[in-house]
Amino acid sequence: MTKQVKQLDRVIIRFAGDSGDGMQLTGDRFTQESAAFGNDLQTLPNFPAEIRAPQGTLPGVSSFQVHFADHDILTPGDSPDVLVAMNPAALKANLPDMKPGTSIIVDSHDFSGRNLIKAGYAGNPLEDDSLTDYALNVVDLTGMTVAAVKEFGLSRKDAARAKNMFALGLLSWMYGRPTETTTAFLEKRFAKAPDIRDANITAFKAGWNFGETTEAFAVQYEIKPAPMSAGIYRNITGNLALAYGLVAGSVQSGLPIFLGTYPITPASDVLHELSKHKRFGITTFQAEDEIAGIGAALGASFAGQLGVTSTSGPGIALKSETIGLAVMTELPLVVIDVQRGGPSTGLPTKTEQADLLQAMFGRNGESPVPIVAPQSPGDCFTAAVEAVRIAVTYRTPVMLLSDGMLANGSEPWQIPEIDDLPVIDPQFATATNHESTDKNGDTVGDFWPYLRDEETLARPWAIPGTPGLEHRIGGLEKGDGHGNISYDPGNHDYMVRTRQAKVDRIADSLPPLEVDDPSGRAKVLVLGWGSTYGPIGAACRRVRKAGMDVAQTHLRHLNPFPSDLGEVLKQYDAVMIPEMNLGQLSLLIRAKYLVDVVGYNHVRGLPLKAAELAEAITDLITTTTGDVDRENFRASADASADSKEIVK
Amino acid sequence: MTTTEPLPFPGLVGVPTSDEKQTGKDYTSDQEVRWCPGCGDYAVLKAVQSFLPDLGLRRENIVFVSGIGCSSRFPYYLETYGMHSIHGRAPAIATGIATAREDLSVWVVTGDGDALSIGGNHLIHAMRRNVNMTILLFNNRIYGLTKGQYSPTSEPGKVTKSTPAGSVDHPFNPVSLALGAEATFVARTIDSDRRHLTQVLAAAAAHRGTSLVEIYQNCPIFNDGAFDAIKNPDTKADAIIPLTQGEPIRFGQQDEAGNPSKGIVRSATGGVEVVDLNDVDEADLLVHDAHTDDPTTAFALSRLTDAGVLHQSPIGIFRQVARPTYDDQARDQIVTASASQDDHRSALTSLISGSDTWTVV
Repeated sequence: MTKQVKQLDRVIIRFAGDSGDGMQLTGDRFTQESAAFGNDLQTLPNFPAEIRAPQGTLPGVSSFQVHFADHDILTPGDSPDVLVAMNPAALKANLPDMKPGTSIIVDSHDFSGRNLIKAGYAGNPLEDDSLTDYALNVVDLTGMTVAAVKEFGLSRKDAARAKNMFALGLLSWMYGRPTETTTAFLEKRFAKAPDIRDANITAFKAGWNFGETTEAFAVQYEIKPAPMSAGIYRNITGNLALAYGLVAGSVQSGLPIFLGTYPITPASDVLHELSKHKRFGITTFQAEDEIAGIGAALGASFAGQLGVTSTSGPGIALKSETIGLAVMTELPLVVIDVQRGGPSTGLPTKTEQADLLQAMFGRNGESPVPIVAPQSPGDCFTAAVEAVRIAVTYRTPVMLLSDGMLANGSEPWQIPEIDDLPVIDPQFATATNHESTDKNGDTVGDFWPYLRDEETLARPWAIPGTPGLEHRIGGLEKGDGHGNISYDPGNHDYMVRTRQAKVDRIADSLPPLEVDDPSGRAKVLVLGWGSTYGPIGAACRRVRKAGMDVAQTHLRHLNPFPSDLGEVLKQYDAVMIPEMNLGQLSLLIRAKYLVDVVGYNHVRGLPLKAAELAEAITDLITTTTGDVDRENFRASADASADSKEIVK
Repeated sequence: MTTTEPLPFPGLVGVPTSDEKQTGKDYTSDQEVRWCPGCGDYAVLKAVQSFLPDLGLRRENIVFVSGIGCSSRFPYYLETYGMHSIHGRAPAIATGIATAREDLSVWVVTGDGDALSIGGNHLIHAMRRNVNMTILLFNNRIYGLTKGQYSPTSEPGKVTKSTPAGSVDHPFNPVSLALGAEATFVARTIDSDRRHLTQVLAAAAAHRGTSLVEIYQNCPIFNDGAFDAIKNPDTKADAIIPLTQGEPIRFGQQDEAGNPSKGIVRSATGGVEVVDLNDVDEADLLVHDAHTDDPTTAFALSRLTDAGVLHQSPIGIFRQVARPTYDDQARDQIVTASASQDDHRSALTSLISGSDTWTVV
């Protein structure tokens, strides 16, 4: 039959099933196909903390959302256009996110007595009229899969496991995805189990063919490739990009990486990835605990390597004392916090931005630590290189604040040229840097480990094995210059201020903030950091599309802030700070710049929703300009161009 | 220097040596030593300073790492590289140093509180991994720097500032603990016996892997006399059970002919026990063998130490066996993986490109 082809500019699909149903793999394959096709895309995996929660129950539901489009997009999307539900629990858990009129494709196979009860359904939702608001497609995906792979002689259970590939095949047909990458992937993945391999490939093709022949699906959709700037692209997740950024920092500095770490969700992939690349001289040390992980990393830094530790919020709590030691000993160290929902164990597999103040202040004493945050999955690469640059140049621990959404989310990434990356010079000390008089009255050269570089205030990094520069460092307060233990009150005051000044001076090396204010008439600035970049950008686009003016800027550096941030803030009548916490950046901005910012805060374990945020921005614009009418808003905005009044 | 290991010592292979003649003075820093008068730490410091030249290493390739406590001030007094770190973490930090650099001789100085209380986890894991480092565990059976609370090696019933009614904690036996963690070199020595201390240090430095050396060390302020039994000339013959490789274990007051009165034999229950030499044949005495892979006998010997007030304790090397070290194996993996890679920059380009790329023109 001839199918109708409809053009769409963007689609959000969510694959949902039991955590054993292979939904992450299905979503990942669909993503790769879309990337190969040339769409712009963003993904959002969402899975339970339990490895295998009881089958068929709501806590066991795992999902993967992919947003792909013919233009550049910034978020994985607020709510899906299409839900693929592999069982009753997946339908029930995800239905609240579906708007009326959207499509739902359901595997009918498990919609029977016991499975419905496990999901908490009193009756069968496919048979009553509870889903009449949706474009519902009920398909026996499992049954058709089992029938399609019969020839391979698998057990019924193994045969049914290929149902995710059947679903992928069906969706791939529906959206005209190229199939070669998935076929090649399956051939490689199951190379050692030919019958499983053949079953999966067959199920995948059967799904495609079912879409093409059945009358149930009358429409095929086309989403054209998105225009992107020229270059070579790949799809990449945040954790992978972050690991690659560390390798790049190592290559650019010539320092071998020593990763001392302890497995923790959602940061473990950084360990897994780096452990594969020993050929770059990388050591990965899986320690007995979080404390030993950072301790060994700091030891390696003392010995002249690039010490790195990776963890999530609970791990940072344990590492705090050693971060303090790194502040005191002024050694390079990269501390990666892939944030998750807190406090305590919190929501291990969900995202949050609530560790900013922990990163900033979570140590005893005046203990300043620079903070760098990536804004998208691919940007984790650049942010990691920047963290290495600061750590090595300024001899300091640096906090790299990623989060669960960046870590597991993915997007097309333009592969950078190595020649465009900064060169990082460790500048190891090789000679004495000071002269003193010995007891015979002769002048002798000696080494002062706390004699600082005048520009950066960094101290010399003399590594063991360097003759004549033997010295002792530690957690006790150091005397200025010579670095011996000092309890002198004036010296302590001076050293506390100097350590702070050193971190503050990093701002001198930062580029000016980029403010996106297309009309130049915006009165309201939206300021963000980290993974909220996407939702904020998407929300600002919506606001501008509606005819209003809004400016956006995003912070890569949270400590120190860029030098021009205060000036930028002053140019706007109102500043909104959206965060996935209760207002941590707001607190810092209010304290430092005395600007009465407006917070927009959600801690749901999920990214901010662009549509909701756009409404909040619109509200702030109307209260700020005192005008709700769009036409009048324009006029008054022009008329009051010089006015700095804030109307709330 | 007394060690059974051939030169160059396996523990120090990879560490550059020096032809220059060194003395203890070369290892003495300009910092004023600030322990209490009469502290056992002075004797250990002196012994270490005068022993280090014997190793013939380049001074800049020696690193001392310590935690927190009186003994952890040690690195400040040595003219080597050093880090006075945080409480209990020295073995973890030293693991990073030792793994990063084969060319460094890495030493950890710690105490009974630092190593066995707050840092217990790092200590046992360093020993099971067998990271190439020498750990000097100064055991004075008390907390000194915090002014006199009981420690994890204090005897039960210990009355201190924090236990006015007596401690109800059962103590650790550091040698038993180390053997349980499968340390490959475990020894005990005494601060006041310079000769024995130096012998044990030499053997520990020569050993490739983690060497755990428990040093009985007197705290004259908060726990004076804890080791009197093994220091007092009148009692020490009965208190010290010397362990000498290949020799039957004999000790105790000597008779007129110079023969000791006691010995160690295997007991019926599978352990070891002290016997009167008059009651057994010389041939039945246990011959000390620290080189057996099975740690059972070493553990049995370690149990001869009193858990309570010290009256008797074996002194010497309990266990000295070869096992691949963590750091050697970790470096080997890197060397193997690096063999086919010559240029990191082009390798980086291909790494970050991956296999699934597309080009936009």
